[in-house]
Amino acid sequence: MEAAATTLGPGVAGRVRSGVLTQVGHLARRSLTRTLRQPILIIPSLVFPLFLLAVNASGLAAATSLPGFPTDSYLTFALGLTLVQGALFAMMGAGQSIAGDIQQGFFNRLQLTPLRGGPLLTGQLSGVLLLGVIQATTYVIVALAFGASLEAGVPGAAVLLALSILIAVAFGSIGLAVGIRAGSPEAVQGAFPLMFVLLFLSSGALPRDLIATDWFQTVATVNPVSYLMEAFRSLLIVGWDGEALALGFGVALAIFAVGMFAATSALKTRMVRT
Amino acid sequence: MNPLDTRFARTAFALFGRQFRVLVAKPSLILPMMMMPIFFFAAFAGGLSAVGSAPNFDYPDYTTFQFVFVLMQSAVFGAVFTGFSIASDFESGFARRLLLAAHGRSALIAGYWLTSIFRALLTWVVVTAVAVAAGASFNASGLDILSLLLIAVLLNGAAILFATGMAMRLRTLQGAPLIQLPAFLLIMTAPVYVPRELIEGWVSTVADFNPMTAMMEAGRELAIGAPADLLLAFGVVGGLIAAMATWAITGLRRAERAA
Repeated sequence: MEAAATTLGPGVAGRVRSGVLTQVGHLARRSLTRTLRQPILIIPSLVFPLFLLAVNASGLAAATSLPGFPTDSYLTFALGLTLVQGALFAMMGAGQSIAGDIQQGFFNRLQLTPLRGGPLLTGQLSGVLLLGVIQATTYVIVALAFGASLEAGVPGAAVLLALSILIAVAFGSIGLAVGIRAGSPEAVQGAFPLMFVLLFLSSGALPRDLIATDWFQTVATVNPVSYLMEAFRSLLIVGWDGEALALGFGVALAIFAVGMFAATSALKTRMVRT
Repeated sequence: MNPLDTRFARTAFALFGRQFRVLVAKPSLILPMMMMPIFFFAAFAGGLSAVGSAPNFDYPDYTTFQFVFVLMQSAVFGAVFTGFSIASDFESGFARRLLLAAHGRSALIAGYWLTSIFRALLTWVVVTAVAVAAGASFNASGLDILSLLLIAVLLNGAAILFATGMAMRLRTLQGAPLIQLPAFLLIMTAPVYVPRELIEGWVSTVADFNPMTAMMEAGRELAIGAPADLLLAFGVVGGLIAAMATWAITGLRRAERAA
């Protein structure tokens, strides 16, 4: 449509662009309102990771006495895992929302409008973005209140928040792909444990160089989730580590690209089907 | 009189037979239940094995340490998943017909218990095979292993009585988190990663009063042939069964009134 508008002249192209922005705006507002009106979506995504953080911080405190462990606070170390875990809830939220839309027929009605695929996906991710902000802020505030440290200081907090949002949106795009393809919230729920496999088979509980089991260390090394956690930990424990941050942001962007590609493909198939 | 030829036993076995056929027909129901403990075992025994070298960690083998945790966890989660099946039976209307047809309705609880034990046994066989392949060492006598298994079976019984009571009160799958969450909290606040003495903070206090602690600690001692506080472990699990049996029966009465 954009190509056609360009041949018609700049005025028409501008109207199309503004039309796209309006579409994104409407869907974003719906997605944000929907997220805020569903405490069942927000509360478990805050309580469950914080509970695990509390349990791990107490239960694995002994790990800090291992030679080479980077900090004497397991709470600070485990916060990286918590931040990524929150993003998995964002993925679930995005997947279940769009699958619910498909199941309830809202998606079919949308197809009768001039709405395009891009704005639909972007709009749906707005709720995920909001959830990402709420989660990251809550986790960090609670952890700091209980004695965690943030070596990178206030600027580090801003980078941490930006990375959290990017990761939430990246996993959210995967959730959209799963939700569109499956078309049922139950199927999205079924995919959740698979994501937990990625979370636990990573360097979430111990730094990679302290993982004593060879196969696990290999899996943790090839698992992209490890690099997301290590980027968070660099800000929390080290201060500023350009390599860890570049890897973290790079992996998050790659997941986002893969997720959006998969979601767009699934959307095309779904639109043909309906 | 042959106890297996009573109305009670026939009803219980008929329900178990039906649940068994459902499980065989739908492997998607049994796979997550079996995969979850294996995955936890891989993640904890594999990823955290260095924790076994932490100062004052006095258990000889971290793989065995985590095997006992996973054994207890699958005892509880075998029951939790059966609780989901009960809730699903109510949601689909099958359980209502079951309540109308069954002579002794408390036999239904026994039928679900049999299902739960079957599910747990399946998982234990797989988890044990994986643990042995991963190098878990058991310096235990046959009696020790039997005692460990008995604790797990009884724990599974207490958990299924809890799950049955909850499912019969809620009668919908939407209540699944209310069946799962207490079980999850109980498991995770026991000594999961390290012995109790090495836990710090509030979890240490909770672990002291958590009934799972006695069973997990006894199980870990039994697995290496060390003297275990069996009286405490069996006492705790026996008490849980008594309390949860009351919970399950009152749940059944509520479901009967609602049917």
